[in-house]
Amino acid sequence: MLKTFSHNSVVRRIGAAALTLLGVAIFVFIMLRAIPGNQITAGLGTEAAALTPAQKLALEQYYGLDQPLVVQFFSWLGNLFTGNLGFSARAQQSVLDLTVASLPVTFELAIFSIVLALLIGIPLGMLSASKPDSPRDALGQIVGLAGLSIPAFLLATALLSVLASSLGFNPNGQAFASLFGDPLLNLQQMLLPSLVLGFGIAAPIMRTTRTAVLEVRSNDFIRTARAKGVPPRRLQLKHVLGNALVPIVTMTGLQFGYLLGGAVVVEQIFSLPGIGRQVLLGIQQKEYALVQSTVLVIALTFVIVNLLTDLTYRLIDPRVRAS
Amino acid sequence: MSHGSRFTRGAVSALGLAAIVSLAVSGCSSPGTPAPAETAKSGGSLVVGVTSDPDTLFPWKATQFQATHVLQNVYGTLTEFDEGLNVVPGLAESWDASEDGLTVTLKLREGVTFADGSTFGSEDVVSSLTKIQDEATAAVSRSALASVTAIEASDENTVLLTLSAPNAALPAGLAVLTLAMLSSDDTEAALNTAPNGTGAYSFDTRVANQSITLKKNTAYWGDEPTLGSVEFRVIPDESSIVSAMQSGNVQMAIFDDPLVAQTAESGSITIAKTPQLSYHTLQLNATRGDLADVNVRLAISCAVDRQEVLDTAALGEGEVTGPITSPAYKSDTDARPCPERDLKQAAAYLAKAGKADGVTIKTIVSQGEYATSVNEAQNLKAQLAEAKITLDVETLESGAYVDRWVAGDFDAAVALNGGQPDPDGMYGRYFTSTGNLNKVAGYSSPELDALFAEGRAASDPTDRAAIYEKVSAELEDNAAWVWLFTSYSYTATDSAVQGFVPMANGSLQYLRTTTVN
Repeated sequence: MLKTFSHNSVVRRIGAAALTLLGVAIFVFIMLRAIPGNQITAGLGTEAAALTPAQKLALEQYYGLDQPLVVQFFSWLGNLFTGNLGFSARAQQSVLDLTVASLPVTFELAIFSIVLALLIGIPLGMLSASKPDSPRDALGQIVGLAGLSIPAFLLATALLSVLASSLGFNPNGQAFASLFGDPLLNLQQMLLPSLVLGFGIAAPIMRTTRTAVLEVRSNDFIRTARAKGVPPRRLQLKHVLGNALVPIVTMTGLQFGYLLGGAVVVEQIFSLPGIGRQVLLGIQQKEYALVQSTVLVIALTFVIVNLLTDLTYRLIDPRVRAS
Repeated sequence: MSHGSRFTRGAVSALGLAAIVSLAVSGCSSPGTPAPAETAKSGGSLVVGVTSDPDTLFPWKATQFQATHVLQNVYGTLTEFDEGLNVVPGLAESWDASEDGLTVTLKLREGVTFADGSTFGSEDVVSSLTKIQDEATAAVSRSALASVTAIEASDENTVLLTLSAPNAALPAGLAVLTLAMLSSDDTEAALNTAPNGTGAYSFDTRVANQSITLKKNTAYWGDEPTLGSVEFRVIPDESSIVSAMQSGNVQMAIFDDPLVAQTAESGSITIAKTPQLSYHTLQLNATRGDLADVNVRLAISCAVDRQEVLDTAALGEGEVTGPITSPAYKSDTDARPCPERDLKQAAAYLAKAGKADGVTIKTIVSQGEYATSVNEAQNLKAQLAEAKITLDVETLESGAYVDRWVAGDFDAAVALNGGQPDPDGMYGRYFTSTGNLNKVAGYSSPELDALFAEGRAASDPTDRAAIYEKVSAELEDNAAWVWLFTSYSYTATDSAVQGFVPMANGSLQYLRTTTVN
């Protein structure tokens, strides 16, 4: 019985995910067509005015714009099931190849950023919560507020400019190196963008940690544990932090999902060829298939991350497992 | 208390660890030291910072700056411009028009090869020009060959062009990248991934969205190109290009924004300002509403202080201009109906049009297409309001703006239009009644049709200069548009870079004489 229920639950989740993705696909398709202009005017700009009708038709045929919208949508959707995500005329590569190249960059950046955010956010949150309304709490709150309120583009540009002009340090000025091609340079190139993103994400993680820790510490079982003589470090890490993890994991999962959507501004400033930049270029050039397929890939990763976050709850919270 | 302080130490340790890891990573190699390929200057390797990847590698459709910058070093044209924008031989060593001007004989350079080793000859010229004329090719410069009725090869190195009417502007028209000569064996599909031209550099590698690298074409017909390789590295943000130059990773970049150029100018980086042929203008559509009356248009022209627009919108970085921006044919701004702002005269024109109470002009402006557009519109609106002319400004996203502009669907438009060295190529397509951009220009007249025809028929440079002076006067006297100013482009180079000559048409063709010490 329980098996059938969980089986149904999994099927329901998969069904919901598929519907979400279809919704995203339709929404992006319509939105892209609603934006004025197309690939011809995006490429030729005002020179498009000089095209003769026959030239315009030739270009529309080349870009597949002569087909009715319904045909365009279903032919793209149909192609997806054969693994054909479309073709970028600008890059002269398949969208699949472009995504295979850009997704790992964004994935790597997201992991580094989240790790840095956790390294900053959790200790800072616990530090704040250790003595509410004290100078250390104020310090934590100020750092959190700074993380939330300093725009990523400002911090990124300032870091890059200052380090490049004063120390000549700017690994991102070099050609992008992949993690497996030149790991040392790759790590240098990931350092500043991860710091910028990590600092920004550390703020909500810090705040969530602080709130969760304060809430857990007010529970009876903590008082009991302390009365039983549990050493402070063990009390903090196992009993307090352990029980405060669920909201922290939720927040981390959410932020990680957003990061996988591509941190467009940071990728732009630090010249990282990630998936955010791929979407942005696609929108600028009105490369419909590129944008539609890439957004779908991003939505898929978001769905997967959400699923993994849910699974993590089961690992860290016995109550979820029990239910 | 005690557990709090213990935790503090833990937190500090974690942060410290993160910092140590970071420093270790960053300290593993010398920061700011360019990669080995970039320091190998003996062969002269240049890295040019660009904000975008070319949107096409096919020269006949390349209108984007970044695409043009790369491809004009890879492909050759029949004629070329020198640094003074004079037409000089390219792949054609000479061109002679018959006495009646209806036949042009192109004598091709011998011994020229494409990057793939195949020989360039008259067959390639005939094939290229014929394909450009074919509408199915969708080549953007097809109209430049509108007067060419037949193309034939009389021998391996001679091509005859038969014209419907004399066309002295043809040699200049042939010098643009969108009329580049391609091998007759090549196809658009092949060239999209592997460009094959006769230029000073040949295509080497491309990493989509990241870089394009060219290498020296050792078989180039002219003086041997100086650089071993040129990499166009994509750094999407202009201020990040400045940082890349400051750290020595990039040695050259072209900026449009004077503020960015100002930031870049420091230490070993120098900035060269070059006046551009492109011009900022308020396009007036004389086929619509009140603008059909020349007096309304003249009122607008007289009510605008161009220098104020330039100072307010572009920090004074540029020059007030008339219609023709090419150095050889430059319009005299003092010859326009109101050389200085004249509100009394503007009021008189409005009264003459029977609009003494004022008019309202709907104006489109693009946001994001170029830096100064909205500021120009706002300043124009403020100035014209003092002359009872209301500029109803509609700010559009660049895609929406291009759509409206292309359709000629506007009363007035704040625009930045590209210029060309030859005034016929620059305005013939706008202001002649059969021009392919006349719908967008919104103005033509029998006088202009006659003057442009006369300009094409005249071969003597002095005669042509006199004719285009009349064209300029005709445009200004009828206030076809309100020409505002031209900007500068800013070439930022590291002190190691020598020999580069910036050009008013924005060309990077002199990368072939550039060295990196």
